[in-house]
Amino acid sequence: MARQTTAGDLSYRVVLGLLSAVALLILITPVVVVIITSFTDSRSLRFPPPAYSLRWYSALFDPVQSAQIHTAAWNSLVIAVAATAISVVLGTAAALAISGRRTWWTQTLDAVFMSPLILPTLAFGLAALMFFSTLRLRLSLPLMIVGHVAVVVPFILRTTIASLSQLDRGLLDTSSSLGASGIYTFWRVTLPAIRPGILAGAFIAFMASLDNVSVSLFLAGPENDVLPIRMWGMLESQLDVRTAAVSGVLIFTTAILVVVMDRIVGLTRRIS
Amino acid sequence: MPAGSSASTRRSANSEGDPPIATPRARAPREREGWLALPLALYFCLFFLAPLVLLAGISLRVTPQLEGVGLAQYARFAGDPFNWSVLWQTLLIGVKTVALTACIGIPLGLLFMETARRLQPILLFVIVLPLLTSVVVRTFAWMVILGREGLVNNALTALGVISTPLRLLHTELGLVVSLSQIEMPLMLLPLISVMSRLDPNLKDASAALGAGRWRTLFRVTLPLSLPGLLAGCLLVFASSVTAFVSQTIIGGGRMVLMPFYLWQQATTLFNWPFAATIGMVLLGAVLSVVTTLNALGRRSRALVHG
Repeated sequence: MARQTTAGDLSYRVVLGLLSAVALLILITPVVVVIITSFTDSRSLRFPPPAYSLRWYSALFDPVQSAQIHTAAWNSLVIAVAATAISVVLGTAAALAISGRRTWWTQTLDAVFMSPLILPTLAFGLAALMFFSTLRLRLSLPLMIVGHVAVVVPFILRTTIASLSQLDRGLLDTSSSLGASGIYTFWRVTLPAIRPGILAGAFIAFMASLDNVSVSLFLAGPENDVLPIRMWGMLESQLDVRTAAVSGVLIFTTAILVVVMDRIVGLTRRIS
Repeated sequence: MPAGSSASTRRSANSEGDPPIATPRARAPREREGWLALPLALYFCLFFLAPLVLLAGISLRVTPQLEGVGLAQYARFAGDPFNWSVLWQTLLIGVKTVALTACIGIPLGLLFMETARRLQPILLFVIVLPLLTSVVVRTFAWMVILGREGLVNNALTALGVISTPLRLLHTELGLVVSLSQIEMPLMLLPLISVMSRLDPNLKDASAALGAGRWRTLFRVTLPLSLPGLLAGCLLVFASSVTAFVSQTIIGGGRMVLMPFYLWQQATTLFNWPFAATIGMVLLGAVLSVVTTLNALGRRSRALVHG
């Protein structure tokens, strides 16, 4: 392209560059702002903070003062692990059935399974509350796990179906023509090939469950409080600066997990 | 592709790459039996579809004590202009957020295309990290940025632009700007995945034929990226109209939107039939927007892939 740079090209570069800079700034600033705020010494959210200290972190890690937050965090973790485990089993099985088939029923199932991503899940949260109440079930951790599976399983389905579509079918034919059973082929050929896809999906599902508001808002009670709902309460009623410390912890943990998962399964590549 | 509608996008991408003839799709291998979808299908019937059917049923109850059957709740919803303004406000927030994420997302997508391959992972990390950081954390961040003594107000005061702090929190503008950052990754990821598959030769061909950068952008790159853009719009819209935490915290108590309205009716006023009706209206509104965008998406794909 040995063309001369025209005024149009120049304006293109300038506009594109400016807008990209704004976009990057908007993406990054909030994360940086939260991290700085979490080290504030003040009771307000003044930015930049007037002085720095670790007081909100020490308040957060105080087992007596922050007992409720700790319980909520633990509940969130238990729910996320369980919901992810169930979703991996159900989702991988369904992906094996759906992938590579183009019939009316696989397309219908695919649409239904993916629908929690686009439907307002808040309506589903309300529906789940009404459903469990009608069945006279007391709100509890297991019910919360059941509710979370629906909203996180699409993530696993998507990455697993994507991995399956890249699987060399010749390998499967070779395996079966060499006399391997379907199950043997699955464990020795298919599963190792699609494992990164499943893991990437499982990780996103785990984070989505940990972060879920729409379903937890209705299914959480005093006995099964979860972190996002508790944090929302801490921001809604009166400002509790410990939220900044919780946010700091969450950001650091997420960043580390993303880097680790990226090394193991190429996470960022799989998400896009 | 984080899109629910991605299934069809992915399919079209596959059919593009596959040789057009003699694809051995006649028989799925033994291990891929169809019944493997059964457990998840059962789960969805029992714990996803059944509750939604119940929601529809409860919305048809006449009194909060769940007596009678009829359209009384829908009539109540339609009869009060306040409800219409809540619905309208909610959808408008969604549309504005989509518009802003698209305006900011497209240049970033183009930047990603032009970024050197070895720098792309860093850019992706910057995009993916906010996606996986808790929504409550990101909402909290915007509280700090937009607050009375927040980043924006303090910066503007220091620069001498303003003397009294602006009210940014609890305004519609504040909410839309915050939501556009919070939902931005949902726009960028499908957009980038479509843009990065575009043939770079097309751009060179366009330039060689004498088109300027702008012309190439509007006549070649953007039309070809339309499927990704629409998938992104879909996700951002669906997610911003139900963003309960951001709406209540950044929008504040004075701005009543559908999610808060639904939550209030269900858990403080215990009016289940009316809460269910709000839920059904929200579902219906989002579904109709999604269907429209999906139809547009199909047309744009037909355009792109001939």
